[in-house]
Amino acid sequence: MSQIVVEKKVLNENQKIALELREKFRAHKILVINIVSSPGSGKTTLLEQTLERMDKSKRVALLTGDLQTENDARRLAQWGFPVKQIITGGTCHLDAKMIERHLADWPLENIDVLIIENVGNLVCPTGYDLGEHFKIVMLSVTEGEDKPLKYPSIFVKSELMILSKVDLLPYVPFDAEVAKSNARMVHPGIEIIETSNKGDGMEQWMKWLEEKLAAVKSGELISI
Amino acid sequence: MHELSIVSSVLDQLDELKKQHEGAVFSKVGLRVGELAGVDVDCLRFGFEAVVKDTHWERLALEIEQVPRRQRCPACSEEFRAENWATTCPKCGETETVVVAGQELEIAYVEVEE
Repeated sequence: MSQIVVEKKVLNENQKIALELREKFRAHKILVINIVSSPGSGKTTLLEQTLERMDKSKRVALLTGDLQTENDARRLAQWGFPVKQIITGGTCHLDAKMIERHLADWPLENIDVLIIENVGNLVCPTGYDLGEHFKIVMLSVTEGEDKPLKYPSIFVKSELMILSKVDLLPYVPFDAEVAKSNARMVHPGIEIIETSNKGDGMEQWMKWLEEKLAAVKSGELISI
Repeated sequence: MHELSIVSSVLDQLDELKKQHEGAVFSKVGLRVGELAGVDVDCLRFGFEAVVKDTHWERLALEIEQVPRRQRCPACSEEFRAENWATTCPKCGETETVVVAGQELEIAYVEVEE
């Protein structure tokens, strides 16, 4: 019996494409974020609110992933920014190849911010690098405070946690402080912004995006 | 449940590797899976069995090494096992420690029949 040392990442192929994408994003100074959450946490609502407030001089493009339907793309298209739906046909996550394919006919020189809305799932998107600068995880107050403990991987990999639907806090048995402390236990240093569809936290979130975009444009923020 | 795509990625890479080692019979593949990799090891085993059945990989065994999460303290350089989310440095109390192990999802080795 002999052994061949392989020492390769299982998702090597995905990683290769992600690196190529990252190189393109860097060349065109595009800020890329990848938003991950359970189904129904409010990813599309957050994006609607974001586009509504977005300075129209910023050139934003969106890729939105779902197993089926173009409903999200339709919801997001009304703000006038380019949106493409990625229908995965049952696959539970987006991979780098899907991003590459859907970006193929978009002129990257006309994009400042690319927002990728992943398929609603807290597990599978974790391991797939899409060439993004940041993963952002969303958790809504109608879920459990212990989600960061149950699904630690995505919280570890995310720069920012958005705690959504905070306007519902008076009506649900959800302790926001416990949820935040769970997230920080799993990922010390994770940033947290609390939002709702009434506009809570939107100023802070838009400022976060502005700052990251400025850092990408100035070359200060480079993702590797 | 993305363990099936993970199994396919592993087998795709083994098919490539086999081209470089013509005539070799691979009897076992060793994977390294970190506890933060977002992969359920039982699902992975189950998916592996289901995928290799009735293929040229049918006789390939699977061995999984699970890697526990370890953190490093930026303040005092202590490295420690972070059990039950205890990510605070046990030596100096620093809370913002960083992950150094536990995110692996790798093919470590293959065993070849002589």
